[in-house]
Amino acid sequence: MNRFDYLRPASVAEAVAAAAVDGAAYLGAGTNLLDLMKGGITAPSQLIDLTHLPGLDAIETLANGDVRVGALVRNADLAFDAGFAATFPAIVEALLSGASPQLRNAATVGGNLLQRTRCSYFYDTASACNKRVPGSGCDALGGDNRLHAVLGWSEQCIATHPSDVCVALAAMDAIVEVEDGAGRRDVALADLHRLPADRPQHDTILAPGDLIVAVRLPAASKAYAAHARYIKLRERTSYAFALVSAAAALDIADGRIRTGRLALGGVAAKPWRAAAAEAMLEGAVPDRATFQRVADAALVEARASGDNGFKIELARRIAVRALIRAAAGTPDRLPALPASPFAVLAGELDHG
Amino acid sequence: MTLSIGLTINHVQQNIDLDDPRVTLLDLLRERLHLTGTKKGCDRGQCGACTILVDGRRINSCLALAISHDGAEVLTIEGVADGETLHPVQRAFIAHDGFQCGFCTPGQIMSAIGLIAEDRTGDDPERIIENMSGNLCRCGAYRGIAEAVRAARREMMHADATHTDPTHVAAEVGA
Repeated sequence: MNRFDYLRPASVAEAVAAAAVDGAAYLGAGTNLLDLMKGGITAPSQLIDLTHLPGLDAIETLANGDVRVGALVRNADLAFDAGFAATFPAIVEALLSGASPQLRNAATVGGNLLQRTRCSYFYDTASACNKRVPGSGCDALGGDNRLHAVLGWSEQCIATHPSDVCVALAAMDAIVEVEDGAGRRDVALADLHRLPADRPQHDTILAPGDLIVAVRLPAASKAYAAHARYIKLRERTSYAFALVSAAAALDIADGRIRTGRLALGGVAAKPWRAAAAEAMLEGAVPDRATFQRVADAALVEARASGDNGFKIELARRIAVRALIRAAAGTPDRLPALPASPFAVLAGELDHG
Repeated sequence: MTLSIGLTINHVQQNIDLDDPRVTLLDLLRERLHLTGTKKGCDRGQCGACTILVDGRRINSCLALAISHDGAEVLTIEGVADGETLHPVQRAFIAHDGFQCGFCTPGQIMSAIGLIAEDRTGDDPERIIENMSGNLCRCGAYRGIAEAVRAARREMMHADATHTDPTHVAAEVGA
């Protein structure tokens, strides 16, 4: 790990001012940042410790009904907030399907949004990686890339975004509150992360020094509480990143879908909100035929970036399964293995 | 700024001067304070061997900068027994053969103490296993580990029907 200066600001304003220095990085729990620093993938000259800042660890309902989650709320504390879990069950299912209990006890909501890809070439400093060293090339292209992106990738980068939580947050129309030197602004979570194009080194649209202070869930998204699920396919039962995942939410009345939400994970450099496909849910009957049409539409632009064409069909099936589970209703209690594709429900295809 | 921090480690308050902000809680415990019960496995948050309790919560000490945890209360495997009387989770690991080589065991035990304090699993073996998923055992002693955690949880719940934080048993010991 490189040497760095350590700063502990007393306020958000102090933190943002300190971040104006070239090479500065914000420190939350550090569950991703320290890993990256130990591997020599990133080497900030100054760490600005946010964890002692007051006022950023609350979960509160605002006067207009929006729910605001402070950036320093720990993943476990959000998942085990009974009121939040009842209102946004798919977000909690995504939270509890990610990482391990130890990591969830430490990791912060703000940090989760800004974690880096787990592409093995990004992590291997002996490999070419345009995200790590702009212009150096991409060894994932033509390499071991069965886990890589099938949507929105470029010849410069085929990495995926690793977060589960962001997929569910994107489906729920979450808003990110960002503080900069001039004040506070809102960014839709679906617009926070960017596709690689020819600048894969920039994961998000944030400028240097921008500080995420909260994530807000709009009151309108509470309409999905009764029919919201997250499903995540992993290469082992637990404690693994998604091969593909999906967050699905439906507002159902009188046997018809009023509106629906669908976002995919593990398929692109950002949580993939399938907006065009969602439009096909409106007014439709919540059945398998509808969901297959929607899933087909969500993946219509997908193409393999290497040895990963199987992920396209896999993502279709996971999307259908998430929608079927959402239609069946949010369970009273999350299953023992949150988001697991095991424990097949009636109406799902059981491939064994 | 000064790199002087205060930590309460296994019930003893200590002032510690760090010569470098890069020191993790894991390296502080092992290399500076010679509390080598906490193990360094992967050092990257993947194996759970370094699990300790910080302010009552289980975390990976390899991914926690010591300086960022100024003022925290740390509990390690060295601090859970009451003199010669083992912690119920330690006793259960012996009774249920919850280890083979023993390297992952301190992390498994600290994780189990954290799991029982969190009180999210009930007696459901599947929930207990899922909530122990952050601790790897390369010997594959998982069956005994899962049985030990379940048995210890039952014993501790039985002994303390109010479900208070089970770490208080150790906390009252003092040092």
